[in-house]
Amino acid sequence: MNAHDRRGRESGRASDRENRNRSSRTRRLLAAALSLSAAVSAPLGLAPQHASAAEGDKVLTVAVAQSVDSLSPFLASRLVSTSIHRLMYEYLTNYDPGDAHPVPALATKWTASADKLTWTYTIRSDSKWSDGQRTTAEDAAWTFNKMMTDEGAATSNGSYVGNFRKVTAPSPTRLVIELKKPQATMAALDVPIVPKHIWEKVGDFSKFNNDKSFPVVGNGPFVLTGYKADSYVRLKANKSFWRGAPKFDELVFRYYKDQDAAVAALRKGEVSFVAGAPALTPAQAESLKGVKNIHVNEAPGRRFYALAVNPGARAGNGAKFGDGDPSLLDVRVRHALFMSVDRTALVDRVFQGHAAEGEGYIPPRFSTYFWKPSAGQKLAYDPAKAGRLLDQAGYRKNGDGKRVGKDGKPLTYRVLCHATDPNDKAVGQYLKEWWGDLGIGMKLDCLDNVSDPWLAGTYDLAFDGWSVNPDPDFVLSIHTCGALPATPKDVGATDNFICDKPYDELYGRQLAEYDPAERANIVRQMESRLYDLGYMNVMAYPNAVEAYRTDQIKSITTMPEKAGNIYGQDGYWSWWSAVPASGDGSSGGSASTGVIAGVVGALVVVAGAVVFLVMRRRAGAEDRE
Amino acid sequence: MTSETSDAVPAPVDVDAEPGGAALAAPPDSGAGRGRAAYLRYGAGKLGGAVVSLLAVLVTSFFLFRLIPGDPVKTMTGGRQISAAQLAAYRREFGLNLPLWQQFTDYCGKALTGDLGTSYQFRAPVIDKISEALPNTLILTATAFVLYTALGVFLGTRAAWRSGGPGDRFHTGLALALYSIPSFWLGLLLIIVFAVGMGPIPGLFPTGGMESGGETGFAYVLDVAHHLVLPVVTLVAVEYGQTLLVTRSALLDEMGGDYLTTARAKGLRDDLVRRRHAVPNAMLPTMTLIFVNLGRTVAGVILVETVFSWPGLGGLFYQALSVPDLPLVQGLFFVFAAAVIVMNTLADLLYPLLDPRVGR
Repeated sequence: MNAHDRRGRESGRASDRENRNRSSRTRRLLAAALSLSAAVSAPLGLAPQHASAAEGDKVLTVAVAQSVDSLSPFLASRLVSTSIHRLMYEYLTNYDPGDAHPVPALATKWTASADKLTWTYTIRSDSKWSDGQRTTAEDAAWTFNKMMTDEGAATSNGSYVGNFRKVTAPSPTRLVIELKKPQATMAALDVPIVPKHIWEKVGDFSKFNNDKSFPVVGNGPFVLTGYKADSYVRLKANKSFWRGAPKFDELVFRYYKDQDAAVAALRKGEVSFVAGAPALTPAQAESLKGVKNIHVNEAPGRRFYALAVNPGARAGNGAKFGDGDPSLLDVRVRHALFMSVDRTALVDRVFQGHAAEGEGYIPPRFSTYFWKPSAGQKLAYDPAKAGRLLDQAGYRKNGDGKRVGKDGKPLTYRVLCHATDPNDKAVGQYLKEWWGDLGIGMKLDCLDNVSDPWLAGTYDLAFDGWSVNPDPDFVLSIHTCGALPATPKDVGATDNFICDKPYDELYGRQLAEYDPAERANIVRQMESRLYDLGYMNVMAYPNAVEAYRTDQIKSITTMPEKAGNIYGQDGYWSWWSAVPASGDGSSGGSASTGVIAGVVGALVVVAGAVVFLVMRRRAGAEDRE
Repeated sequence: MTSETSDAVPAPVDVDAEPGGAALAAPPDSGAGRGRAAYLRYGAGKLGGAVVSLLAVLVTSFFLFRLIPGDPVKTMTGGRQISAAQLAAYRREFGLNLPLWQQFTDYCGKALTGDLGTSYQFRAPVIDKISEALPNTLILTATAFVLYTALGVFLGTRAAWRSGGPGDRFHTGLALALYSIPSFWLGLLLIIVFAVGMGPIPGLFPTGGMESGGETGFAYVLDVAHHLVLPVVTLVAVEYGQTLLVTRSALLDEMGGDYLTTARAKGLRDDLVRRRHAVPNAMLPTMTLIFVNLGRTVAGVILVETVFSWPGLGGLFYQALSVPDLPLVQGLFFVFAAAVIVMNTLADLLYPLLDPRVGR
């Protein structure tokens, strides 16, 4: 044996030692990895705080994207939260699914005194809280009084009680509300009535979110049984609901933050319904049409989409601020801008047919208040006439084809647009082209958050839009002088600083008019006035586009009943009325498939680790050879 | 912990190969005391720096987010029935009617007592909102972090060891391709193929969320693991390339070292030469990256969280920014920054243990 051999053996022993070290190190690393994964999965131990659905229960799962802001009806303002409150608590009145006129809910009837200042509601005696106690007028009186006396409780719905003088409950079935001034909206108080015996224990209403202990006592068609932020909201059918129990046993709002993922979940059957926020895109709707067991529901929306003009920002004290273009104070210029917008082209090309052409201020879905201009009044698309109007107003084309004012400056408008809304950008491009043909320059300012220039009045025109309630009072009120900010430093409820005396006069009249037909008549006159002023060009009413699985939902009430929508209705009709399809009829992956897949996943990981170790060992063996 | 670390991570400098290394790795007894003192000085410096950075972040976050355009009250109340009196009440409640300096001193006073304020939009303490979403984010990002780091280091060292070979070309190419794919797009593809199912592939995984809701105990853990698969695969796919490339290039720099020839001459297997001698010396750049990534795990991953509807901090931050919900956005920013600072400090403190040349 020579020296070389001996050295070889020695280093062979050395590498054996290192090999042994390696395997013990592998074990240590494995142990470290295991303890790390244990640490990582430790928070999993926090068990969800709700009871699971019983086997065989019919579950209706709705995909939503908007986060709940609060589950306290005194704090919530987002659509998802207020929709859930509609399901949890009964309001005094509801809206007819047919034409949205007020119908009985907790109140069976309501009457006004001759002086219009006292309203008396008869409270039904067959409504029970889910803990068994009867709902009485005292609960309603307590709810309103709380909002009138506690600023924290007035956070979300305080505007409803602003005109209340006194609220009392002389008997369990009689609620009396005394007003400071007549108010026609008393059958449209969208305020959830809460159980006094539960809520009087709450300390600070501005911080109580009603999301810690379940089930939450309520008297609506569903009872809230579980909530986990941005994961799910679970509700169980209230079997003793006075109008009748819902047909589904459970209603789950499940979170899909990405709309394409929500559509994928619908295709798979993980959810029964997708609303889209605010609607499915034309591409998504197209991809779902004709898919087996999926129905795409398209309905007139409750929203209008408009181009608002800055009429010169001002405050209630008369102070002017902002820098809106003074040319817009000329009604001829505003009408010219109106007439240079081809609304049918926008509906066809931007909305790809998923909208109706804009006319009056209130969408046609609310047939009672819908108004449209007569043929002679209509500011139809007519670029030639628009050009003549601008000529008359003194804005003639110069040698370069640009419209210039008397001061020789070319007309250029800044249009405020929401960077998050693709429609704004697309419509903006069309406006640029149409106004360019007229000789008017245009600069599109797309911002993530438009509120700063909007409040400061530092824009010329802006994309605008509001969801309209069955009672139009609020969307009408935001164009009154009373809604202007008190001083330039304050923030008012005004939409775009419109302040017009004839309009204000009509507004006051409609609010004090208790005859529904006459009130509707005044509201239509207001819309006509607003149209003629040319400050609000309602370009389109975007449709509600949503989809559901017909193998899970057999039938569901839309609103309006004939060709209406499902999500975000003014009432609980859709989820309360939904009938499960026969057969499985339940959405959501069942627990057992989850467990199986989890086990399969774990097996794959273990198998991968084994293969990995074997390969390494083999690699080591090759080295030795 | 220290002894375990130095045990698990082999001596960084090859004692046999580098004559100078012997003195560094095995200092004489009197030198050990000096070394410890030097390390303590070094560590104290780094810790002091970290505390100063944290305070700076605390101050910056207050002013930074007040530069975001947008009026929180108007954004929150936009589009709904509200009176001017209610708007004023909101401002009073949030303290937005106070002069800026007073808002700042209030904020600092509270922050120093651990109170980050109350979220405007959720009406809940910022600490509660963060601690609600933080575990969700960590489950996702820490799992992905462990996997992509392991995968990146493993493939990176192998790619470098046989650089230019088919394995190297394949893995480097694949990693680069995946690294350049937008994560939300890859996520959506995975959802369409593996969650909904396509052709012969059944829909194996949920399309989104962290849980089905309703499970408890071990079933709940499995349920979350089931929901975890696709988002983790997405994150690992787009992230491992960075670790792979850094590890690969660091190791390539070490490949020519004489000490490796010596190690081979000892008769060590190629595998051991790589792992025991080359990799430890090449680990410093990778360690830096690992700690940077570790700090980032807290910040969440907005796009992946959105596509997979994962209820984590990324999504919360986005919602906070869009209002802007000042207390929430400040609190989140502070937590994110603190995580990076803490991890960087930890890395700084670990370097001298990995490579004694650092910190002298």
